[in-house]
Amino acid sequence: MTPPPPPPPNGHAAAPPIHGAPHVAPGEGAPGTVREHHEDHHELGFLRKYVFSVDHKVIGIQFLFSGLIFMVLGGLMAMAIRWQLAWPWTEMPVVGRLLFPQTGKVISPEFYTVLFTMHGTVMIFFVIIPLLTGAFGNYLIPTMIGAPDMAFPKLNMFSYWAMIPAFVCGMAGFFIEGGAAAAGWTAYPPLSTIESAAPGSMSGQTFWLLALTFVGLSSMMGAVNYVTTVVKMRAPGLTMMRLPLTIWALFIAALLQLFALPVLTSASIMQILDRVADTGFFTPTNLVVNNLTPDATGAAAGGQPLLWQHLFWFYSHPAVYIMVLPAMGFASDILATHARKPIFGYKPMVYSMSAIAGLGFIVWGHHMFTSGMNPKLGMTFMVSTVMIALPSAIKVFNWLGTLWGGRIRLNSPMLFASAFVSMFIIGGLSGIWMAATPVDVYIHDTYIVVAHFHYVVFAGSVFAIFAAIYHWFPKMFGRMMNETLGKLHFLGTFVFTNLVFYMMHQLGVAGLMRRTADPYAYEVYAHLQPLNQFISMAAFSLFIWQLFFVVNFFHSLFFGKRVGRNPWQACSLEWAAPSPPGHGNFDRELSVHRGPYEYAAPEADEDYQPQWEK
Amino acid sequence: MRLLYALLLLLVPVLGVYTFVTADQHGWWFPDNVSTYGPSIDRLFYLIQAMVAITFIGTEVLLAWFMYKYSKRRDDRGVFSHGNHKLEMVWTAIPAVLLLVIAFAQMGTWAEIKFQKGFPDGEFSMDRPIAEVVASQFDWRAIYPGEDGVIGTMDDLENPFEFVVPVDEDVVFNLRSRDVIHAFFVPQFRLKQDALPGHTIPVWFNATEEGVYDLICAELCGWGHYKMAGRVRVVSRPEYDQFLADLDQEWFSNGMEEVQ
Repeated sequence: MTPPPPPPPNGHAAAPPIHGAPHVAPGEGAPGTVREHHEDHHELGFLRKYVFSVDHKVIGIQFLFSGLIFMVLGGLMAMAIRWQLAWPWTEMPVVGRLLFPQTGKVISPEFYTVLFTMHGTVMIFFVIIPLLTGAFGNYLIPTMIGAPDMAFPKLNMFSYWAMIPAFVCGMAGFFIEGGAAAAGWTAYPPLSTIESAAPGSMSGQTFWLLALTFVGLSSMMGAVNYVTTVVKMRAPGLTMMRLPLTIWALFIAALLQLFALPVLTSASIMQILDRVADTGFFTPTNLVVNNLTPDATGAAAGGQPLLWQHLFWFYSHPAVYIMVLPAMGFASDILATHARKPIFGYKPMVYSMSAIAGLGFIVWGHHMFTSGMNPKLGMTFMVSTVMIALPSAIKVFNWLGTLWGGRIRLNSPMLFASAFVSMFIIGGLSGIWMAATPVDVYIHDTYIVVAHFHYVVFAGSVFAIFAAIYHWFPKMFGRMMNETLGKLHFLGTFVFTNLVFYMMHQLGVAGLMRRTADPYAYEVYAHLQPLNQFISMAAFSLFIWQLFFVVNFFHSLFFGKRVGRNPWQACSLEWAAPSPPGHGNFDRELSVHRGPYEYAAPEADEDYQPQWEK
Repeated sequence: MRLLYALLLLLVPVLGVYTFVTADQHGWWFPDNVSTYGPSIDRLFYLIQAMVAITFIGTEVLLAWFMYKYSKRRDDRGVFSHGNHKLEMVWTAIPAVLLLVIAFAQMGTWAEIKFQKGFPDGEFSMDRPIAEVVASQFDWRAIYPGEDGVIGTMDDLENPFEFVVPVDEDVVFNLRSRDVIHAFFVPQFRLKQDALPGHTIPVWFNATEEGVYDLICAELCGWGHYKMAGRVRVVSRPEYDQFLADLDQEWFSNGMEEVQ
């Protein structure tokens, strides 16, 4: 009853990315893999195997590809924003004719609001969260804990397929009357609930909310799966305190999603109801918008715009940690592996991540210091926000401690991971200014905030994603990425990222507001245009520089050097599986004998002692 | 190559500090402060900056140095260490103390600016605000109470676009929005407050220099957000009284013509 292993569809080399990847094991270095053993399931059709797959590796790679595609789209929107900020109301070269024929090749103010709304939405909900938890969460959780798959494979499949309506609804706005949502990614009512308030608040906003709801559904299904899998399916001997920090981070992020997402999902359904059924949860009484008195603002409305802000940030602040905790986990694993050293202070790392997550639930009000909420509440949120810097600081010191005395290999994953630390320091420290309520009165909604969260989410999380791709690509696709291209990619990305985002701090200190299409109309901002032009040039370079990554990724997918199971001589369990792992991941019984970071032990034969070896 | 990467990492603190130090010359720094509580906000900013700078320079330089020093090719193994409890206690306790200092250092200023208990109680107070500033898509207007001193009555004086206040006086005004959320922001006053539809929010400041300042909407309010500009004109007391008299004249006579 053992059918022969399925032949690769077109031969490995020419196989399209997803095809060639997880099931077929090309170039498996170890001879005599017991492939028959773990592939003795029924032959699956193409659709079941690669599209409606229940295999966590295929689902992870689906998330990876959709995330990277949307990253290009979100990046293009950022480029358009930078064009407008550097040269407002001027004709956009080359693409202007295609995109804005009605407005004379110029970005209209309406479209500018759409641009930054959708840039934020796409990057947060379609790129960063799906890449960290969807792509790497799916791929790494079972492989790093020695499990054959997720606890609920079908639920896992649905969690990706819930993203499809999210993508469709998210993009639908661009093709309907009034255009896409334009109330910012924060969607503050009444701007977002009253149709006459903005063109994007016609149907575009409803579609945006539907997209958000589907993303929430997807993440919740994913989170249930991750938590269950980590709790129930660890290999024998793999205690919680032997888990790699990546798994701890993904586990904690999943808990955050489980507890915080229902609130956002309820809130977005409430906002949908406000828009389609005039429920008036968030709309106060007696507004006059655009010289109209909308129905829902009649005497019966009685809603409260601040309610949305509380509900929204109750999720969206923990979401920031959902976007950075897994990145911290990746960085920890990659730093330890390529510095050939155990993590410095493993337990404090786990406790500090838990503390960040715990405190993360009671800091949301720091987004609302100037919103008009009770200033005493502001003071409370200030204290919790200031204290959350402490576990973050501990993590940074422990990363430095990990590097100290190591034998560092300067390869692409290591470069990106160390840059993650460097960039996270900046993003973390600038947060302290914002936590200080009186200072925040001045810098709230200025470019300091923009610099701050881009340092955390772009220079932090995206750098960690790059590091993770360079690090786990050999496992995912059985081939190495090109080192020269990887290093080139790093050099330019690092330089341009800092030129773009560091200088935004200066704009912010000068008081420049975010979300303004043409700030130079104000006298206080007029002198900031040259700096904005400089930033835009750097941003365009940053975008173009990513070609090195795209070329490297696709070239390596087909022509990269084949590798065996453990090209980095790493200790965690995923490296015990073939590269790429077949169905069921592991071709032998696993038992775990030690923690995940036993590098450089003096008494051992090698400078690493894998978890699975006695 | 090692040196290149280390220098690259080292460039971050070097250029970072250089940019902050020279920012003032390029106009990439705070606009001049003209309010009474501005200096304490700025002082707090600089206090945090000092602590942040030390941490920033220290950690970034260490990172660059470690990346250089420990990437040297060697045949022996690294230090087999899983941590150091004492060291970790130290680097937990020190930042904890510093953060508590930051937390407590700011409470007074925050209370001074925002707590209604401490609002000025002179000629203008929460009961008798100088004016009501009303935001709507996409303009500002100031509504002065007129002779009866009460806003919302027949003799109110409405001044579009410009909010005129006397210099060196504690000014309390009510902030309102007619439609969506806006925010009242004057960089030179270090003052920002959202205007929340359905709420009237009292705000105070004391401007210390005469002049005309940009009033900027700081909360996304729609497609015209970028052009929702207003002005705050700070004038001497006699000029202020004259302004009110003129406004009264203008408003009153216009009103009479319409009635006739």
